[in-house]
Amino acid sequence: MQALQTFAEHYNYVITIFLMVTGLYIVVARGNMVKKLIGLSIFQTSVYLLYIAPGKIVGGTAPILDPAFTVYANPLPHVLILTAIVVGVATLALGLALVVRINECYGTIEEDEIFAKDDEQ
Amino acid sequence: MTAVLPHLPALQVVVPLLGAILAGFLRRGTTAFVLALAVSWALPLIAGALLWQVLAGGPISYRLGGWEPPYGIEYRVDVFNAFVLMLVSSIGAVIMPFARRSVALEIDRGRQAWFYCMYLLCLTGLLGIAITGDAFNAFVFLEISALSTYVLIAAGRDRRALIASYQYLIMGTIGATFYVIGVGLIWVVTGSLNLVDITARLAEAAAVQPRPVIAALAFLTVGVSLKLALFPLHSWLPNAYAFAPSFATTFLAATATKVAVYLLIRLYFSVFWPALRLQDLPVNALIIGLSIAAMIIASFIAIFQTDLKRMLAYSSVAQIGYITLGIGIANQDGLTGSIVHLANHAVMKATLFMALGAVFYRTGAVRLHDLSGIGQKMPLTMTAFVIAGFGIIGTPGTAGFISKWYLAVGALHAGGWPLVLVIMTSSLLALVYIGRVIEVAWFREASPVCADARDPPLSMLIPILVLAAATIWFGIDTQWTAGIAGKAAAMLLGGFT
Repeated sequence: MQALQTFAEHYNYVITIFLMVTGLYIVVARGNMVKKLIGLSIFQTSVYLLYIAPGKIVGGTAPILDPAFTVYANPLPHVLILTAIVVGVATLALGLALVVRINECYGTIEEDEIFAKDDEQ
Repeated sequence: MTAVLPHLPALQVVVPLLGAILAGFLRRGTTAFVLALAVSWALPLIAGALLWQVLAGGPISYRLGGWEPPYGIEYRVDVFNAFVLMLVSSIGAVIMPFARRSVALEIDRGRQAWFYCMYLLCLTGLLGIAITGDAFNAFVFLEISALSTYVLIAAGRDRRALIASYQYLIMGTIGATFYVIGVGLIWVVTGSLNLVDITARLAEAAAVQPRPVIAALAFLTVGVSLKLALFPLHSWLPNAYAFAPSFATTFLAATATKVAVYLLIRLYFSVFWPALRLQDLPVNALIIGLSIAAMIIASFIAIFQTDLKRMLAYSSVAQIGYITLGIGIANQDGLTGSIVHLANHAVMKATLFMALGAVFYRTGAVRLHDLSGIGQKMPLTMTAFVIAGFGIIGTPGTAGFISKWYLAVGALHAGGWPLVLVIMTSSLLALVYIGRVIEVAWFREASPVCADARDPPLSMLIPILVLAAATIWFGIDTQWTAGIAGKAAAMLLGGFT
């Protein structure tokens, strides 16, 4: 019962960790280079959740200076994660551009086939 | 002049950033080269002024945008990162003249300006990591340098450069994301991102909730170790160095991993050591174990490489093992050895990769069996290679000896005499892989591939000779390397003893 309660109280972390491990698993287990990048994106997205969730306070408002509001949510993680999202988008774009070039040079984006082609040389 | 002086910390990063943006607008490779050269030569002046200020008057704190720390981003310069800033910007300045002909040969005409743009962006990121006092800001700079590095590597002629770049992108992004997870966990328990502020709050937070702090330590260690290519997380490095253009390899080998090491030392000694009783955790033992593995196994693999760029890449993994060994030993001499080896290895590896780049410029070959007799054809280049090679081995009279001496003394003080044997074994293995090249290059008949080779033009030769001379100079006069490294180590260790 105690374990179940802890689990329910921290359900946001459970989701975060699930996404994290899912993303990392795809990166490791898939040979398709686009799928790997999508896995990487899911992995990065889980971190956004890790930051955003603790910033939320139930019943809190936006951080407005007004005597009527005393409880407010921390705006800092949102700002940080905006930056992290930009970094994530840039990484994904660069990765996909690389995959396009790889496809032009090798005619495939499957890792094992690419290694086989390089070994032939 | 007096109006500029207080803003030097910001200029250190802003100058290359503006340079990168300008280079992006340029069409001609030569114009972009001149711009990159001007920026690269301005940076050591800024770094030198910062180092001088820090040595004279203690740490500098710069408020970016006027926001007071810990709320705003703080640029904090102390002896340690002033040393790293000086190292990165000096290496950039010395190797820059080498770039023009090397890049003109290896990069398509239409892409040269972009290449210089990416180089300056990479420089921005590296200097930014070294100068910032904010954990999240360091992540942003980490990614700026990493993304531009992927482009630099992918600019290689061989199609395998694309694969190398892609693999580095995957590994590098995992590393950077681990770093952010670690920073996030610290932020959750301390509510701060400013490194100095975190240090002040972490001890209390760790006493209440040790688990997230230990998890953060683990994530940060793995994340940064991926970036600095600590064995066994080095798998991206050999291919990246082997297939990147010569200039990119030289620059990255000399600076990129060094800045990641800086970040690791900063996190360990400035942030975690004072807060967490790390004696309870086997962090040091783990780092020492992996360092030994790197020093022995990577050196051993280097012996069997026929591609010399790849051989030097494995040698880099081994040399990073020396640097992390000092972190694991964690006493005054050991840490001095680590920090001084940052500089010494940068100088020596830049010489070796540039000499190899010059050989490639003249012959188009980097495979060992194509290069027999190259020493007689390119005597000055290969003499520099031999000098820097002796440095890697650790011969007395070269810079490499100084680093190994400090590491060995540190190991003895820590009661770890077997570590001295490991250092000597690794040096012997280095003797084998460097000696093999010397034998083929100097004592064999010239192969047809290098029949017409001669020493490269002065713009390439002078940077090689300057750094080869520095290898000897820093082996004799250690005032500017080991002297400052010793001060930095004392400052870092002052945090927890």
